[in-house]
Amino acid sequence: MTNELIDFTLVSVAMLAIGIYGLAVKRNFIRMLFAVEIIINAANLNLVAFGRFLPHSGGQTLALFSIAIAAAEVAVGLSLIIVAYRMYQNVDIADFRSLKG
Amino acid sequence: MADAAFLALSVITIGSAIAALELRSLIYGSIALMGTLGGVAGFFLLLDAPFVALFQLAVYVGSIAVLILFTVMLVKRELIFKKIEDKRRKFAGIGLMLVMMVSLGAVFLDSGIKTITTDEPATNFRDIGTDFVTYYWPALILMGLILAGSVTGALVLAKREDVENDQRVN
Repeated sequence: MTNELIDFTLVSVAMLAIGIYGLAVKRNFIRMLFAVEIIINAANLNLVAFGRFLPHSGGQTLALFSIAIAAAEVAVGLSLIIVAYRMYQNVDIADFRSLKG
Repeated sequence: MADAAFLALSVITIGSAIAALELRSLIYGSIALMGTLGGVAGFFLLLDAPFVALFQLAVYVGSIAVLILFTVMLVKRELIFKKIEDKRRKFAGIGLMLVMMVSLGAVFLDSGIKTITTDEPATNFRDIGTDFVTYYWPALILMGLILAGSVTGALVLAKREDVENDQRVN
């Protein structure tokens, strides 16, 4: 293989940093969900890369579990967005401060 | 050293990840997110994991991205094109991103995983299937229950209480 483990790891680090930037800066609920998706994908990329190079089949198995759980998380997150949008007519999380209780 | 396919895929993945967060329109943003997810599927192909790559294409690009696109369409038009972000936080966020990239990158470059190479054949997807039904079967069943529970929960959450049944028919 011409590609090395460190190349995949560096791409994964870049995606993680971009996702954290999105979570820190954006106030749009949907954009923050995008950032979470990017972070989850960085983690999956790391799992499969280490599973290939160590080598062990556990990396791919865990990545498959992670993708399935992420699908469940997105379904719940999107329905929460719809409920919050219906209540506040907005997707700005600054408007959701009253949810703090 | 990385080859050309890897470089092209990393440019597509990271570029569209930035575009997904920075494009003004949420619709274009979610299409750019599809590019990121497809790029990660390409990385899985490069890592000799075609099963995970197809799973990624089916679940992420096929269902999650389309679900996000439909949710964006339910939101008011002004909100789709309005950029909501803290101006003061923007520079701090960029600084945080650069600090994370540099420091984590330095840690990884210094950690000795540069020397890890492999000549062994890739994992066969039959091994993954065997793992799923032997060692990981309780986790597999639990994952099915979590998926069913979350989809039911999403339906219950998104149900409208204020619409009567006869209104729904019309």
